[in-house]
Formats: sequence, C-alpha cells, structure tokens
Amino acid sequence: MTALLDIEGLTKAYPGVVANDDVSFSIQPGEVHALLGENGAGKSTLVKMIYGLVKPDRGAMRLGGAPYAPAEPRAARGAGVAMVFQHFSLFEALNVAENIALGMENPPKPRDLAARIREVSETYGLPLDPFRLVGDLSAGERQRVEIIRCLLQDPKLLIMDEPTSVLTPQEVEILFHTLRKLSAEGTAILYISHKLEEIRVLCDAATILRLGKKVGECTPRDVSAAHMAELMVGKTLSVPARDDHEPDEVLLEVRGLSVAPASPFGTPLRDVRFEVRAGEVLGIGGVAGNGQDELLAVLSGETPVVADAVTLEGKPVGALGPNERRALGLLCAPEERLGHAAAPDMSLTENALLTGRLRQGLDRRGFVDWGKTRGFAERVIDRFDVRTPGPGVAARALSGGNLQKFVIGREILQDPTVLVVNQPTWGVDASAAAAIRQALLDLAQNGAAVIVISQDLDELVEISDRFCALNEGRLSEPRPARGLGMEEIGLMLGGAHGMHEAAQ
Amino acid sequence: MIALEKRAQPSRAWVVGGPVLAVVLTMLAGGLMFAALGTDPVEAIRIIFWDPLFSERFAAYSRPQLLVKAGPLILIAIGLSMGFKAGIWNIGAEGQYILGAICGAAFGLAFYPSESPLIFPGMVLAGIAGGVLWAMIPALLKVYARTNEILVSLLLVYVAEAMLASAATGWLRNPEGSGFPGSRNLARHAGTANLELIAGTGMHWGVLAAFIAVIAAYVVMTRHVLGYQIRLAGQAPRAARFGGVNPARLVILCLGVSGALAGAAGLFEVSGPAARISIDFNVGYGFTAIIVAFLGRLNPIGILLAGLLMALTFIGGELAQLMLGVPAPAIQAFQGMLLFFLLALDLMANYRIRLKREGMA
Amino acid sequence: MIIDPVTLIVALITVSTPVLLAAIGELVVEKSGVLNLGVEGMMIMGAVCGFIVAHQSGSTVLAFAAGMGGGMALALLFAVLTQLLMANQVASGLALTLFGLGLAALLGVGYSGLPVPTVGRPFPDALQDLPVAGPILFSHSALIYVSILLVAAVWYVLARTRIGLVIRAVGENHDAAHALGYKVVRIRFATILFGGACAGLGGAFLSVIRVQNWFEGMTAGAGWIALALVVFASWKPWRVLLGAWLFGGIAALQLRLQAAEVGVPVALLDASPYLVTIIVLVIISSDRTRAALSAPAALGRVFHASS
Repeated sequence: MTALLDIEGLTKAYPGVVANDDVSFSIQPGEVHALLGENGAGKSTLVKMIYGLVKPDRGAMRLGGAPYAPAEPRAARGAGVAMVFQHFSLFEALNVAENIALGMENPPKPRDLAARIREVSETYGLPLDPFRLVGDLSAGERQRVEIIRCLLQDPKLLIMDEPTSVLTPQEVEILFHTLRKLSAEGTAILYISHKLEEIRVLCDAATILRLGKKVGECTPRDVSAAHMAELMVGKTLSVPARDDHEPDEVLLEVRGLSVAPASPFGTPLRDVRFEVRAGEVLGIGGVAGNGQDELLAVLSGETPVVADAVTLEGKPVGALGPNERRALGLLCAPEERLGHAAAPDMSLTENALLTGRLRQGLDRRGFVDWGKTRGFAERVIDRFDVRTPGPGVAARALSGGNLQKFVIGREILQDPTVLVVNQPTWGVDASAAAAIRQALLDLAQNGAAVIVISQDLDELVEISDRFCALNEGRLSEPRPARGLGMEEIGLMLGGAHGMHEAAQ
Repeated sequence: MIALEKRAQPSRAWVVGGPVLAVVLTMLAGGLMFAALGTDPVEAIRIIFWDPLFSERFAAYSRPQLLVKAGPLILIAIGLSMGFKAGIWNIGAEGQYILGAICGAAFGLAFYPSESPLIFPGMVLAGIAGGVLWAMIPALLKVYARTNEILVSLLLVYVAEAMLASAATGWLRNPEGSGFPGSRNLARHAGTANLELIAGTGMHWGVLAAFIAVIAAYVVMTRHVLGYQIRLAGQAPRAARFGGVNPARLVILCLGVSGALAGAAGLFEVSGPAARISIDFNVGYGFTAIIVAFLGRLNPIGILLAGLLMALTFIGGELAQLMLGVPAPAIQAFQGMLLFFLLALDLMANYRIRLKREGMA
Repeated sequence: MIIDPVTLIVALITVSTPVLLAAIGELVVEKSGVLNLGVEGMMIMGAVCGFIVAHQSGSTVLAFAAGMGGGMALALLFAVLTQLLMANQVASGLALTLFGLGLAALLGVGYSGLPVPTVGRPFPDALQDLPVAGPILFSHSALIYVSILLVAAVWYVLARTRIGLVIRAVGENHDAAHALGYKVVRIRFATILFGGACAGLGGAFLSVIRVQNWFEGMTAGAGWIALALVVFASWKPWRVLLGAWLFGGIAALQLRLQAAEVGVPVALLDASPYLVTIIVLVIISSDRTRAALSAPAALGRVFHASS
C-alpha cells in the first residue's frame, strides 16, 4: 500500500531559529497520525507547509505517490488536504454558511449549501444552524464550523491543530467519535497535540518533534504516556510540590456579580459568587469564551461594578479602578500577554512600570524614577529566570514563555494579597510552565490567595485546592479539587454545548 | 522577491535618518515638479531653502519671518503630537486656532480703547479658552457618545470659518473701517498688541510660548507618568486600561491641551503678525501643523526642527513666487510630498527588507 | 416667502450626488478593512482633472474619465503607502488630503471661470415637462441615475456575490482570510482604487455639472461629509443614499433660506450642513445596538503576513 502523504527532509528556517530541521514521516490512508511536541517544537510550521501557507526551504512531499508542493492553501485544498486551525480562521460577523463558503473553492448556491451543511452535520453528529452568526457560537460550535467546512470538500487528509484545547470532556468524546468515523471511511487525520492521554486513546501512529527535529516515532497504544513525555520534553519534569495546609481567613469575596457584555460578541457574567481564602488556590475552569476575560476585567478593575460586588479583606472595592486595587493588594495577570498584560513595543523597564508604579514607589509626585524602575525590571528578570539580553528589550522580542514569566513575576514580586491569573501557562513550554505553577503555589504557601483561571484542566487539577467552572457567564459552586473526576468536571463545564440542536 | 520582516526594536538610525532622507527626496521630487512647471529646479530649491536665510537681498527680511511663521506651527504641533501619540486624532486644530483668535480678539476689543497692561494677558486666556471650548466638543462627544473625533473636529473647522466670516463682517468689524470687513488693528494698539520682544528677530510672545511648550512637552513625555500613559494608550490601549489609564480622561486632556495651544497660537497671530480679525487671516497653520507633528516624529525636539523647516518652505515659497512666478499652491503640494516620503520611510524604522530567492505568502 | 418643494427636491438630488458617489466608494473601501481619510483630496483631484479635460476636450464623458483617473492616481499612492509600505492609515489619509488640495490648486491655476460644455439629459422633454414627477424624476443628467444604480450595484455585489463575501471577510478578519488563502493586499488595492475612482467622479460631477466652474478648495469638506455618511449609514449602501439626500436637503434648503433673507444668521446657515452632519453622527454613534456596531472589525488595522 502506498502512503497517502510522504514527507522527506522538510526544513524551514526563520531568522534566528530553525523551525523544522530535516523532518520525515509518512501517513497511511485512513490513519490517525499524531504529531506530538511542546510549544515551539515546530508542529505549526510543519503543518503550515503541508497546507501551503509556508514554503519549505528544503525537502519534498508526495501526496498519493505524486509530488506535492502546494503554493497556497487553495492548491492544498484542491489536492484534498483540509485543515482545522487552532486559532480559528472564522469571521465573527458572518454567518455559518458564509464562513463555510469562504473555505470552499466552488461553493454551491446559498440555499443548497445550507442543505448540505445540515446533511453533513447530521451524518457526523455535529449539529449546526447554517444561518447563525459565528460570533454567537461557543468555541466548540465554532470548531464544528471549521470541521464541516473541511468535510464538505471530501478531504483525503484532515489536519487538526490542537482541536481539544477548546472543548469540554464531553465534546471531546463527540469529536473523537466523528474522527473515528472519518478514519473508518478512509480519511487520514494528522492530529496535532501535546496531550498524551488523548493521543493514546485516538491515534494509530505518532511522530514526536522537539526543537524542530524529529526525535522519535511510536505506536501510542503500545507505549506509556511517560515514555512519550520523555521523548517530547527531553527530560523528566518535576511535579509542582506543596505542603498540605488549612486555608485561612477570606481575602476576596465576589457576590451577586452580573455584568452586561461590553462588545457585540462578548459574554455576560450572570450572578457570579465565590470567595478565596488566604493560602488557597482557587481554580476556575471553562472553555474559551465563557466569561473568563470578563471576570478578569471585573477583578482587575478594568470593568468597574457596584462597590459591594467585590470585597477585599472586607473592604468593598468593586467600584475602584485598577491602580486603586493594586494599592490595596489585589493584583492581576491577564491572558493576552502582548497588548494587554504588556505593551508589545515598550521595553521591559517600561512594562515594569505598567503595574509596579504604586506598590514599588517608582514615581515621585508623578515624575518617573527610571533608574528605580529599571532596577525593579531587573529583579523580575533575575528572580524568574527571564531569558533576555536586558530590561531595555521590547516586550515583543521575548518568546511567549519568557514574557509570561516576566508578567507573572512582575505581579508576584509585588507581594500581592490576592493574585488573579488568566491562562498562566498558555503557549508556554513545559519547563517554564512548571516554574510558573511552582511560583503560584509558593505564593499561596506564603499566605496569599491565588485565583487561577485556565482552560487547561490538567493544570487546574494539579494546583487547585478548590475547583469551579465558568459556563456561559455562570460560575459553578466551587468543590474540593482533590478526587474530582474528568466526567464531573466536564459536566461543570457545561457538558456538550449546543447539542440540543441535534433535534432539528 | 522582496520580503519584509518586523524588527524586534525600531531602528534608531532610521528614526532619525528617515526625516532627513524624506527632506532630500522631497527636494528631488519637488525639483521635478518645478521643472515640469517650467522653472529651473536648482534655482527654485535654492530660493526656497537657502536664500531666505543667507541671501544678502532677502535675509534681513526673511530671517525674522522664520520665527514668526514657525511659532504657531510649533505651538499647535506640540499639542497635536500628544494626542496623536495617544491615538487621539484632533485634526481640527485650524478650527480651534480660529476660535482662539476670535475669543481673544473679542476680549481685547471689548475694552477698547483702554491700554491697561492687564488686557493682553486677558486676551491670551480668552484665546486659550476659545480653543479649549472648541476642542471640548469632539472630546465630550467622543467620551459620551463615542463619536469619531476625526470627523467632528474636522467638520467643526468649517463651522469655525463661518463664525470667522460673521465676526469679520459683522460683530467684530471695525466701526471706523468705512464698512470694509475686518476688525480694528490689534497689533498697533498698545493694550492689545503682541509685541516683538527682541527687535529684528521676529520673537514675539507666541514664539516664546512655543519654546516653553517644547520644553514642557519634552519633560512630560519623557519623565512624567502622564507622558508614559499617553504613549501606552497609543501603543496598546488595552494594556493602558489594565495599567489604570482612564481613556475618557485622556481624551479630554489631550484634546484640551491641543485646543489650548491652538487657541493661544490663534490669539498670538491675530494680535501680532496678522494684526486683525479678517475673513482669511488664517492661512492653514492648523493643517500644516499636522505635517510638522509627523515630520518631527511626534517628538518635541523633532517638532521644533520640523516647524522651523516648514516655516522655511513657506517663506522660501513666497520668495519663489515673487522671483520665479511659481504658483502659490506649488508649495502646498511640496509640503504634502514631504509627508508622503516621511510616511513611506517609516517602514524602514520598523521593518527590515530582505531579498529572498523565492516568493512566499 | 415660500420655498417650492419640487425645485428643492431637484436641487437636493444634484447637491447630494458628489457626496453620494464619494461615500459609496469609501463604503467599499471600509468594508475591506481600510480607512482612507483622503476622500477630500481625491475628490478635489477629480474635480480639477475633470474640469480641465472638460474644458480642453469639450467631452463630458472624457471629463468624467479624467476625474476618475485623478482620484485613482491619488488612491494608488495611498494604496502603496498603506498596503505595501504599511504606513499608518490615518496619517496617510490626511497626507492624501493635504497633498491633493495643494496639487489640485496647482493644476487648476488659470482655469477658474473658463467655460465647460453643458451636459445633456437622457430623458425626452415630454417626460421632463410632466408636473412634479417630471423635474423630480426625469430632469437630471445621466450621471445622477448612474450614481443611484451604483448604490444598487454595490449593495448587490456586497450582499449577494462571492467577491462581495470575500471583501467583507477581508475587512472582518484579515488574518483568517489570509489563512484561507485570499490575497488580502490585492483585494484591498482593488477596493482602494475603486474608492478613488468614485471620489474622483464625485469631484468631477461637482466641477463639471453642478458648479460648472473650478476654484481652489471647492469641495469645501464634501469628502469629510462622505466619510461621516459611511458611519451614519452603518456601512449599509442604501442608508448611504438616505444620508446623502439628508445632507443634500439641508445644503439646498440653507442656500434657499439665505437667498430669501429670512431672519437666521448667515453664519448659522453656512455652517448648518456641517452641524447637521455632526448631530446625526452623534445620534448614530450613541446607538449601542448591534446593528449600529457593524463597523468592519479589521478597519484601519495594518496587515502584515507574518507566516
């Protein structure tokens, strides 16, 4: 049997980094093939070359035995290669059918297309209304739009980039069911992930990348997750350590918090209530777009609310702005590093001033003490092992992991009473992620209250004392994290979104 | 195939060198334009850029004019630059300039013929108030009704021009002017005159104010938290809110400052060089100041130099008109070209150009 | 003094046409995610080029082609700056206006007051002489009918065709459009040139048909009003037509009121079209329902394909 896709010696270099170095592997028809690696291992660049978005510097590909070198995505689609992106390539202000038409070479008339969408979505158990605006859909439903867009073209190879990072465990089950059905029909799937258990459950073969190089391949069902992890990371990682302790007095309390969305496609917060105690880590899970950004904005003071809705050590702070809250000890680190937690074009020194001015006394009657600010930035860089030539470097010049260490470190060094972080390890390599988690645990150990908002359930189970979930702007009742099963967590996250439409 | 690659840090050499190169390229392109108009390009460029400062015939008259023309340009551009840095686009400085002139002149004329030394300071305050008032319209509409400040501030220029026409032909008209439009001469009346401070230099109160504004802006932008917040808001609005910057307050502040400076510039002009309120005393300084602000890279020192350069093109342009019969609008097109080249060269500060063997997406 | 509603409506349609043409072009540009603040500059270039060619050749068709060419030449400059050289769109648009005003004045030196050919009207006299309907519906020059057809065409293309869908997609999320393989820069180049042609045509209509003269600064802010109309229309073509007629109505009415010497200050009448535009902008902008927030999401953002 000839392989569906043969990749030989693909190499792609960017200035200063070799994204892919002489990578070779092949995919059989109907095979579910995992591409495994950490952030920055070169998975994205590799699939972009297969999909025609990036041209390799060296190497060759063969599709179904014939030479394959797509000049653009259109050519890849024409050859039977389809891709579901990690950050969706969707248009919020357009409806489902329009979004799907944009991804097709010769879309049928709108009415016929809508009928086809309904048909395919029923066949594969992925309910979807063709005339809803994509901006109104949940993350799981948006992914269905992308998948159906691909399926309508009868692809021979379907590329899926980290598809489960936005799904609840129940939605993951549905997705896997669809993928197995496709595989049984002869469609090959290239499945990109860093989640080992998923790969063991789903995939027939795996290729493992590290720092742009292929470091191994295996049959995932036959090897242990630990073995794959070692290949992927190149060393064994320590699990964050902490001592057991009793939580202390309540430091932050949120009551009856309801907020209307600020943007047309935002999520409202609906009667959110919780409390965090000294020495405790509260984990808030949830699929993307269920109110995480909105909740962080309320806690940071970017969205002021009524004073009583948020209290810090018994004081009402809901109506205060970000700096007034910082002065009282409530600190935050938002999800988006570039443009929210840090200004991309400003130096690390200037970014240190962004949140550090009040608590570190970096100005005198409004005049900035740049020397002192630089010193603060250097302390953050030093304490949190931020790899950079110096504090004069622009924030956007740092890698994701290093900038994240800077952003989290900037807040931790200010000795917060309560620290709120959103997606602290998103897009961060494993060793930096472990360092960040350990720093958060140490902070709680020293008596601060820590709120971790994250979509990474493994992370939350690992570091939280109590766990709750955001679902369509509602927060579930927090429960002790220890002993919580994935099934229960999945139900807290809202189970499978939008499945009621299956009845249509 | 040429590809662009974003630089990790803006190139310092290009940030400084860009404007200089833009001036050179403008001279070349402008030379072509003059050649097309049938004048000797080398002579035209020499008359515009050299003669006003160094020719024996004209320098005595032209040199003081440099400060007279640069003063209002710098004063207005300094105000605009703070807003532009913050992403707040006040492009209606011309309107604020007119309102400042009308309010300041009206204040002075209300006390005519008194020659009290308190009148001129009062006029300055009234001019500032007029500019601020006019700038507050787009500011408050942006804050409370989320209306686009670019359009509102610009449309208000036409409203201001209508008001200027009615002032010059009606309620501020010189009662002893035998019915001609235009107010009394403010520059020749002791109480209302914006005097030349050092004889023969063109240095009047407005030029002094421009220099003070340059220094103050430099200090605020580099050392003060406010300057930091302005830069932050312009570069990363979301990070600015996270950093505790109140966007509404910033809009009001930036438009207020630029309105105040434009209003003051209008008053200094109408009580000095222009001498009176007339239908067309405004010669587009409010618009040219936009070029000055960009040419100076929104940096106070850069604006000081850019203002002087732009003033030079005005004076040189008048000279070229006189000597070579170059049409007046040629100089306006010339200034526009300068801005184009500058914007085009901005690319080099932020991106690196690489030659590639092969094209890609 | 009574103002005849029929002649007012006829005047309104004529007065609104330059702004309508410019605004419908800018609408397409903005739908593709580009904010071109140089409309005023492109209009006045169209006005001067159209006028010069009308005078020299005696052909209005050539004049309109020249007007479009003048607008497009300037638009091309803008496209190169913002799409290839990735310059700031606000600054480039302003530069375009300042440069266009200067260049147009330069080109037009000596043309003030020269004669231009009068344009024919497509409908027969019998129709034009009908009471009420005749002047309102049938008395205009062909370009006015063209401008209304253009609104319909823009609506149809944007709402019903694939190229329209692609334009909207590019304006909504250029990174996603790029990931799907659409040529963002090429599409935006095309819309910017279309916008330039429309603005230039509007300018040529102003100088050749409406005023039948050329003078410096004759567009008097019409380009800015066109920009405001696009916001007013919430990026919907038919509402641009409505907005243009509203503006034309105010402008035509105030001219008649000035002639009639009613007891309203002339300054207020002169300023009224601008003031009304501001008031309408305020009303539209404060509406926070979703329909009013329909600005293309990528409007004004710089696109750089990083992959």
